[in-house]
Amino acid sequence: MSSSAIAPARADASASERDIHVQFRDVNHVYPARAGHEAVHALGPIDLALQRGEFLSIIGPSGCGKTTLLEVLAGLVTPTSGAVEIDGRAVQGAVPDGVGVVFQEDASFPWLTVADNIAFSLKRAGMEKAEIATRVDYAIGLMGLTRFRKAYPSQLSGGMRQRVCIARTLVTRPKLILLDEPFGALDQQTRLIMGEELLKLWRETGATVMLITHSLDEAALLADHVAVMSARPGHFIEVIATGWPRDRDSRLASTPEFGALTSRLWALLRDESIKAMGPT
Amino acid sequence: MTRARILQWAIVLGAFGLLEALCRFRIITPFTMIPPSEMVVSLIRIARTQSWFAEDTLYSLRNLMVAVVIAVFGGYLAGLVVHALPRLRACLDPLFSSYYSVPTFILYPLFIVLFGIGPMSLIVMGSVFGVVAMISATLTALDRIPRVLVKVARIEKLGPLRTIALIKLPAAAPHLFTGLKLAVAYCIIGVIAGEFILATAGIGRRLSLSYNNFDNATMYGVLLLILAFAASVNGALNVWERRIHRRWFR
Repeated sequence: MSSSAIAPARADASASERDIHVQFRDVNHVYPARAGHEAVHALGPIDLALQRGEFLSIIGPSGCGKTTLLEVLAGLVTPTSGAVEIDGRAVQGAVPDGVGVVFQEDASFPWLTVADNIAFSLKRAGMEKAEIATRVDYAIGLMGLTRFRKAYPSQLSGGMRQRVCIARTLVTRPKLILLDEPFGALDQQTRLIMGEELLKLWRETGATVMLITHSLDEAALLADHVAVMSARPGHFIEVIATGWPRDRDSRLASTPEFGALTSRLWALLRDESIKAMGPT
Repeated sequence: MTRARILQWAIVLGAFGLLEALCRFRIITPFTMIPPSEMVVSLIRIARTQSWFAEDTLYSLRNLMVAVVIAVFGGYLAGLVVHALPRLRACLDPLFSSYYSVPTFILYPLFIVLFGIGPMSLIVMGSVFGVVAMISATLTALDRIPRVLVKVARIEKLGPLRTIALIKLPAAAPHLFTGLKLAVAYCIIGVIAGEFILATAGIGRRLSLSYNNFDNATMYGVLLLILAFAASVNGALNVWERRIHRRWFR
């Protein structure tokens, strides 16, 4: 484990030599004042260079701008200042190609069955029926939803609905996967299994992954690097390289190194979390 | 059949039975109302023997269908536009909320001047009466669409029209039923009442003629037809609504 490398455009010279997939340059976002509310400086400054195929977890206190950061990268929010690039092309308030997003909230379509939910993006892309069927079958099996392929989301638990959303994103095989607390609705054992499946997919596809989570264990277990954000306005206070092998799984959680890493993350996060809760 | 459903039927049949008894025992005189069973017989008789029945019924149905289509689709599209323009919505909200406190029928003479005594005036009357119910329901329904679904539409790079067709319409559907039912009911009222006041044909006009001629048998037969039609349409929409709600919100 070491302080990273990926990060900040404080970026060492070697960053430019690596295969940079995502780059944030001095990104800030301020939510403008509205009736009865002052302007909120939610995010920034953010500098980050994320390598292709990297798995980055982001943790931080509540309200520190993690979701805003993800939405800026997804093109859903235009930052107030700074630049965001994917593959060297600016993200300017439009969703870039090859980006898949799993949201924290239930985003399944209640009017479609599980299979149709998962096939939604593929059908829109005009893919051949046979290929759609193959991908959907694989995703349904992977997510443990085989018995529920014809069920509607209202017939599923919250965790199962979230798995439908994850499957809907993953079947498109995005090059950049953005996950905003995707496992928040799942129980602990399902979280671990889903995390392992995510790692497997990440290894198979070589996608770059940015995972936002509240779980220190999840952040430490899954990622190559864990970025710790400050209280609002959120910026990175440290990016830590986990040093795990690429072929890792949840058994890592029982190692002393894992314990040391989570302790370090908590040490960094504790003061920021207290700060975020305001004066006591 | 559930106990609630049995009770509902008992209340309806009980009311009919009571009305039948009151009419049969002349507590309600035949000049005021004929027994419900005679209304049914009268309806069957006029349907079989009167040449105007099919013509007037089809005339009213045609006008009603056009009015419903304009009110429902026009109301939905207008709702989409108003929802997308918050300032316009702020301006129009007071109009929408007070719309049904204004007696819209005072406009009917104006429609006759503008469109003549014919189908156009009746269609405009029906749709003007129903459209605001649909606009209001559309605005409420769009407010209730989870924001995350709109974000998914953006991630999927759906344009505005495909977002409406593939996300907003189906997501809003369960909440649109209130507007749909009200719009249909208001359109029925608008068209039939318009025919009743002044028209050259239609089931409402036939109601008016039989009323003026003291022809109670025909009047109540026609009245029963209108009631049965309105109740059937509303019942069908209720079944559809319940089916969607069961699927979505189990």
